[in-house]
Amino acid sequence: MPKLIPVPDELSKPFWDAVNDKRLIVQHCTTCDTLQYPPRPDCQDCDDGELVWQETSGRGHIMANMVVADGRLGRTRPDQPFNLAVISLDDDPRINFFSNLPGVPAYQVPIGAAVEVTFEEVEPGQLIHEWRLVEE
Amino acid sequence: MTQQSTGGADWRRNRLGLGVWPHQGKVAIAGWGQSPVDRRWDGVSMDRTLGAFAILAIKRALEDAGIGPEDVDGLLCCPENMAGNPGPAGSWGPYRPYLPPPYDSEDGLTVVTNNWIRGQMPELTNIQYSPDHVPAIGDGMGFAAQACADGMYQVGVYVYTANNLEGRYRQGGEFDNAHVSGNRQWGQPWGDYQGLMTSTNVPIQQYCERYGVTWDELLSHFVINQHRNGLLKNPGEYEGWSYYYQNGPSQLTTEDYVNSRHIYFPLKIWDCDRPVNSVGAFVFTTAERAADMRQKPVYVVNHNQGSGGRARSSQETLEDTEKAKEWVASLVYEGSGWSPSDVDIFNPYDGFSTFMPTSLEAFQWHGVQKGDAADFLRGDLRVEGPHPFCSGGGNLGNGRTRTAMYIDSIQQLRGTAGPRQVSIKGGRPQTAICAFAPGNSAAYLCLTNELPG
Repeated sequence: MPKLIPVPDELSKPFWDAVNDKRLIVQHCTTCDTLQYPPRPDCQDCDDGELVWQETSGRGHIMANMVVADGRLGRTRPDQPFNLAVISLDDDPRINFFSNLPGVPAYQVPIGAAVEVTFEEVEPGQLIHEWRLVEE
Repeated sequence: MTQQSTGGADWRRNRLGLGVWPHQGKVAIAGWGQSPVDRRWDGVSMDRTLGAFAILAIKRALEDAGIGPEDVDGLLCCPENMAGNPGPAGSWGPYRPYLPPPYDSEDGLTVVTNNWIRGQMPELTNIQYSPDHVPAIGDGMGFAAQACADGMYQVGVYVYTANNLEGRYRQGGEFDNAHVSGNRQWGQPWGDYQGLMTSTNVPIQQYCERYGVTWDELLSHFVINQHRNGLLKNPGEYEGWSYYYQNGPSQLTTEDYVNSRHIYFPLKIWDCDRPVNSVGAFVFTTAERAADMRQKPVYVVNHNQGSGGRARSSQETLEDTEKAKEWVASLVYEGSGWSPSDVDIFNPYDGFSTFMPTSLEAFQWHGVQKGDAADFLRGDLRVEGPHPFCSGGGNLGNGRTRTAMYIDSIQQLRGTAGPRQVSIKGGRPQTAICAFAPGNSAAYLCLTNELPG
């Protein structure tokens, strides 16, 4: 399905550059040792910590799923209904990502199942991170 | 004289540590008025435009208070385009021609400003205070109360418009773009529009899993009861203030709810309020002036604004929601000086049914603790019963006027709620908490019919 295309900004450019290199990175606070995604200018836990980029395992589990049946985004409406799953990152389950779980039919998402990151081209030169089911 | 804000540089009560509102009992709500509640403006009926409804709501509020337009020195119209699509223009979907004055712009059709009202109501001869940036009703009721307390006006009317015209509500505009920037880049590529239908959806799924209930078991009974409350019209009040009373359907059933159309499944259409075209107005005044008006005053005890917080990551979780709403409840109880057992009427905001379990548990109304909402919301919620939760029927029972929570609270404290009237130990309720507080908003208002202290 056609997806909306992210426009990197100063804060997000390192993240999207890594995604285009097929790597999933998140922010790491060197002061309080927590991970953070989406990226923010400051650490949300200790405010003044130094944030560096850290590569993740790229593995997670399906935390929940919604099925978009009557959404507001024009570009995705023709593909309704589709899955809008939430993936918790194994490195820190407080970190979560959205996914359409390509290949998994709507309403048939196995909650709790293991997934790994994959990458999908949304326009020439721009990838986004997606997730696919894996055997545990 | 037009002023931009209240007397205080920072009028918002949006953080802990501010203590009890120092103006408790000095400001009263002395009148309310609501226009008819239409699904949409039909583009033809000039007596049912948003502007015409605003004039009607103001006149009804003044009549309710027993005062004339010459008594009003404060006019506080919220110029919000609630239904417009997102984007700088904030315009309405299908392009359409304008009409002869006063409908030769959006003013009077999709927004209503102070200037438009003053142009159409020359009988408002004594307006001294008419700020340009009046917030939406959640913050706006607090703004109106604070401005009165700060001496910006003596008798003011706060006006809130809920517009809905032909087309799909909040679709189009930036939602039709192919590229997304800012915070939207973290959700919209996968179809998360990044609003409350998704942010509050997953926490409720987690709630259901944790406490062993299904979505339908948790929410259907509450939604049906909201519709019931919305249909309990006081015979003495014009056509009422419920879309469903005025337009049907008559009463929602469990079957209707369970089988209803999916939106962001498991969230369904009946978990969502119905956008409408309608206007509400409220008369705020000093306690001294209120004493001479028609109705028994309802005093403002506290108002709050701000937010309990945001999601830690892409998607809000139950942990995020519980933490945020516990902060909100602490703020409201600190500012009012109340504890949960002091609250007779509780009308939190129900724009989506998903707000309710965690709001109920955070405020601990009727002793509801964490995890108790699962049973409480399946119990007896009728206004005649032991737990008359959301006695006004809220948005879900009345349509997206966003005024039902306030009107019902005022009526309950006056003892004029008719078939919805709640009895507390055989007497009239004395305290109420009401809100237009979407998600983790702290925009609550505390009211009483007894002068504090």
